[in-house]
Amino acid sequence: MTNPPTPTVPIPGVHEGLRSELQKAGIFVVSTEFLYNWGRKNSIWPLGFGIACCAIEMICTAASRFDLARFGAEVFRPSPRQADLMIVAGTVTKKMAPQVVRLYNQMPEPKYVIAMGACAISGGPFKQGYNVLKGVDRYIPVDVHIPGCPPRPEALLHALITLQRKIETQRTLGSAERRNNPAYSDDSRDFPVPQYGEHDLVPAYNRDVWKARPVTRES
Amino acid sequence: MIDIAPILARFPSLAHDPAANALIVPAHLALEVARYLRDNPAYLLDYASNVTGVDYLATEKKSKVKQADGVYKEIVTKTEAGMEVVYHLYSMHLGHGPLVLKQRTSREKPVVTSLTPVYRGAEFQEREVFDLFGIHFDGHPDLRRILMWDEFKDYPMRKDYIAPDDFQYEPTPHGDVLAEAQKYYGLPEEKK
Repeated sequence: MTNPPTPTVPIPGVHEGLRSELQKAGIFVVSTEFLYNWGRKNSIWPLGFGIACCAIEMICTAASRFDLARFGAEVFRPSPRQADLMIVAGTVTKKMAPQVVRLYNQMPEPKYVIAMGACAISGGPFKQGYNVLKGVDRYIPVDVHIPGCPPRPEALLHALITLQRKIETQRTLGSAERRNNPAYSDDSRDFPVPQYGEHDLVPAYNRDVWKARPVTRES
Repeated sequence: MIDIAPILARFPSLAHDPAANALIVPAHLALEVARYLRDNPAYLLDYASNVTGVDYLATEKKSKVKQADGVYKEIVTKTEAGMEVVYHLYSMHLGHGPLVLKQRTSREKPVVTSLTPVYRGAEFQEREVFDLFGIHFDGHPDLRRILMWDEFKDYPMRKDYIAPDDFQYEPTPHGDVLAEAQKYYGLPEEKK
């Protein structure tokens, strides 16, 4: 599924016919941004970080049968300082949530999050409980959600490819929604780490990241 | 099944719970009874497999019972509120068990005697009961919360616990969840 570096996006000022002729001779005329994103999307380094049973599927995805290395994302890093992608693989309990946010803060920009499985996207079967976060997107911005309990390795591969599609359309300065997000203001790029409160985490969610969606019901 | 009649004869102040075939131990006797059960060659209950808590609210149940003369009479059965700590004891030596040991206490000031001095393995499980039910264990070496964070004030497994109000929309609510959803979003509108 990885694309060869065939430039399809027209570059202003470059004649498309000439570009096509040059390509036949093995000379590719592309923008730096294209090359930059092409390199970025094919070498996503995930954080080696599993918090529940979905992590087993994630490990399986990285192993020989499904072979995450085909997509360039096999280098699981043991340190958040070296990682581009956080795969939240499993139930995030309220006791674990501050540590997840702290790990995310420690990752360098640009960084991405895949919420893997029913628990990470919504709380899953523990949603009615008192001790599980009802979706990790209450505290950190999630790029790709994967439903499933647990999702198949193919689903994780699909999420990774979806993320690659997202990366290749981004400007090198980052996407507009990211730059204009108040959570990414220049003062501090750290996301507030929730505190342990007397009854619940304080705050219960990050207002800049998550909003309770209005309901549109279909019967 | 362990015959508990000799134990009841040895300790006359123990009560018997026939529904669970359990011994109900008063707090001041708990350590002595546990030592006896562990060390007596007839029982050798050396393994506390399970420690858990139970919370009972006061209940009132009405039922109609047929009398001898054929007339139905309404009977009200009341149970008192209280809390219990249940121990399941097994013997690795003799391969028998479980013997169920219970300590009863009040809901207002729940205190029981810790059996950690006798069964070292009960330490974490008693901490869990303390964490989730708020039952204090006298004589426990390190009684702290084990699952929830230290700042947490509630006891989530108690019947009167109120969970934090962080309801989020569900596509197919039913039962209690539907009632909560209606509180937030009103009745679902029919699609035209």
